[in-house]
Amino acid sequence: MTAQALRLSGITKRFGENEVLKNVSMAIRAGEFLSVLGMSGCGKSTLLRVIAGLEAPERGRVCIDEKDITDSDPADRNLAMVFQSYALYPHMTVRQNIATPLRMRRLSQVARMPLIGRLMPGRRKILGEIDAEVARAAARLEIGALLQRRPAQLSGGQRQRVALARALVRDPAVFLMDEPLSNLDARLRIHMCSELKALHRRLGATFIYVTHAQVEAMTMSDRIALMQDGRILQIATPEALYQRPASLSVARFIGTPAINLVPIAIDARNQIHVMGQTLGLVASGKEAPRARCANLTLGLRPEDLRLASCDEGEGIAARILSIEYHGADRYLTLATGENDPPLTMRQSAALPIVSEEIRITFAHERAHFFAADGARIELTVQKRMTS
Amino acid sequence: MTHHAPQPPEAARRRALSERRMMRQGMLFAAPAAFLLLAIYILPLLFVNASAITDYRLGAVATRFVGLGNFIRAADDPVFLRALENTLLYAVLVIPSGVGLALLVALLVYGRRRSRTLWEVVYFLPVTATLVAMAAVWQFVLHPTLGPVNALIRMLGFEPVAFLSTPELLIPTMAAIGIWQVLGFNMVLFLAGLKGIPADIYEAARLDGVKSPLDRFLTVTWPMLGATTMFVTVTTSIQALKVFETVAVLTRGRSGSETLLYDLYLEGFVYSNTGYAAALTLIFLAFVLILSLGQFFHFDRRVHYR
Repeated sequence: MTAQALRLSGITKRFGENEVLKNVSMAIRAGEFLSVLGMSGCGKSTLLRVIAGLEAPERGRVCIDEKDITDSDPADRNLAMVFQSYALYPHMTVRQNIATPLRMRRLSQVARMPLIGRLMPGRRKILGEIDAEVARAAARLEIGALLQRRPAQLSGGQRQRVALARALVRDPAVFLMDEPLSNLDARLRIHMCSELKALHRRLGATFIYVTHAQVEAMTMSDRIALMQDGRILQIATPEALYQRPASLSVARFIGTPAINLVPIAIDARNQIHVMGQTLGLVASGKEAPRARCANLTLGLRPEDLRLASCDEGEGIAARILSIEYHGADRYLTLATGENDPPLTMRQSAALPIVSEEIRITFAHERAHFFAADGARIELTVQKRMTS
Repeated sequence: MTHHAPQPPEAARRRALSERRMMRQGMLFAAPAAFLLLAIYILPLLFVNASAITDYRLGAVATRFVGLGNFIRAADDPVFLRALENTLLYAVLVIPSGVGLALLVALLVYGRRRSRTLWEVVYFLPVTATLVAMAAVWQFVLHPTLGPVNALIRMLGFEPVAFLSTPELLIPTMAAIGIWQVLGFNMVLFLAGLKGIPADIYEAARLDGVKSPLDRFLTVTWPMLGATTMFVTVTTSIQALKVFETVAVLTRGRSGSETLLYDLYLEGFVYSNTGYAAALTLIFLAFVLILSLGQFFHFDRRVHYR
């Protein structure tokens, strides 16, 4: 078990009547890249601000390295934050911006003052050290040539780097990032994604990265905490989140295009009825008794739907409503019955489309089942043995 | 435009016509503003320039060209020199305090949550009051025997002060009234400036280790208010140089308390020395211009972070 860098226990935060965080607990491992993913208004930014100390929670504790820091000042928490707007000081040069956290910590109040500060002994030596560290941080982010410029003279990507440099110059235990890429254009965003990942690997520090963009979270994170309505739905690796969503909400949120959700029923003999057809499938497994005689939701990723082979002679009849071409793949929108919601199927664009009327089936081992309350149920799907 | 294929002459003619019509319409729209500018600023300024080099007196039949005579006369005129000195003293007193106190008040008021509106109104009220009317109130407030200020001074065990009859105190007293008057307006400007500072810069500063209010002010607030401070300083300076009503109502220039505008008013409207007054006006304009342009160039490079 790796050391915990940060632990949140039972964090509750309300703004007036509105409860923004509802009893949020999680443990973040040292050196981990954790994304907090959720739609706007789900409380993810507030959570980050509670960790930073910019908001005080009503209940709950925040601990860094097993030390309770719930009541300590943001400056004393050994963490740095990168803001969505970068929040650089517009009146300072890049060098001064990056140096600010060090100046505030190492120079005394008097030494920081304009004019009289110059008289303080030892000031020059400290400033020399700060300068060297600023240069090192700038070099790491390849902005060494920009040190004399003001933020207004920089591009969005360069400002982003300055904000990162200002955070890492302090060598904090935890980096907090509040949607740092959302102000960049698409191409730069992809580039910065890989840079952030590389930076994380080089520094070995803990990153907490708040975003609403699934792609960013999925590609960069070691783990993702998926948030909705002030609660954490699931914390897991990107693969686990995609392949074994813990609830219907998680399954709905993760994946583009969205997962197909089909209402199904399981009868007393464990037969699965999909859209009124039995398909000759039975459910088994440890949780099968719980699912017997119940209405469930079957979740099928678009890529787990496939054409039924001719000799199988089974599957569900469907009609192609529309075709969306994506280069390597195409997305088919399929209608199965009068009242059933359309399904999305992803297939290789290399496959020919022979007819609008097709029969489809799904990869049994990758089917997801959810109970009426949304919780995941582990079931194994098998072909019924014809006896 | 012309790198397209050559157009038939008919189309070119039509386009030229429509361009000319656009121009005519544009001029029509600009005309009212241009006319007002001409009538209110440019013509009077030309008239002032013209009169400044003559000995024109209001209503006089004959006028003589005197060249720079009026300016030479001003350089030797003890009343004008005194007025100049008084105005500069007044400006030196009003500008720093009018700006500094307004910033202090704005910072205090901005920190209030519930009572903020109340304080804004309290400090802004003097701006809405006419100074001529308020001067009567000040006369009472500063009265040696009846006024509350002297009552307080007596209560503290000091001799009462005759603010409005001691010659050396006249300009400082008027400066105090001037500060009282600009304070509210400047405060509102500073409040607007404070509102314009993004909250996340303060938050970034907190994480960077900025803890004390003094550090917060020096690191974020003061630099971010640069443009506002420049504007407030320039407008306050112009207003300070223009001091007139307080003198006209409270002292009428007695005991050598004339200011530039008051002297100008005396020469132009009381003694009817229009030509001389015009020359003084130009000197006054030169002062205002030098001061505001000087401040503008001094500040501009430092407060607009481009």
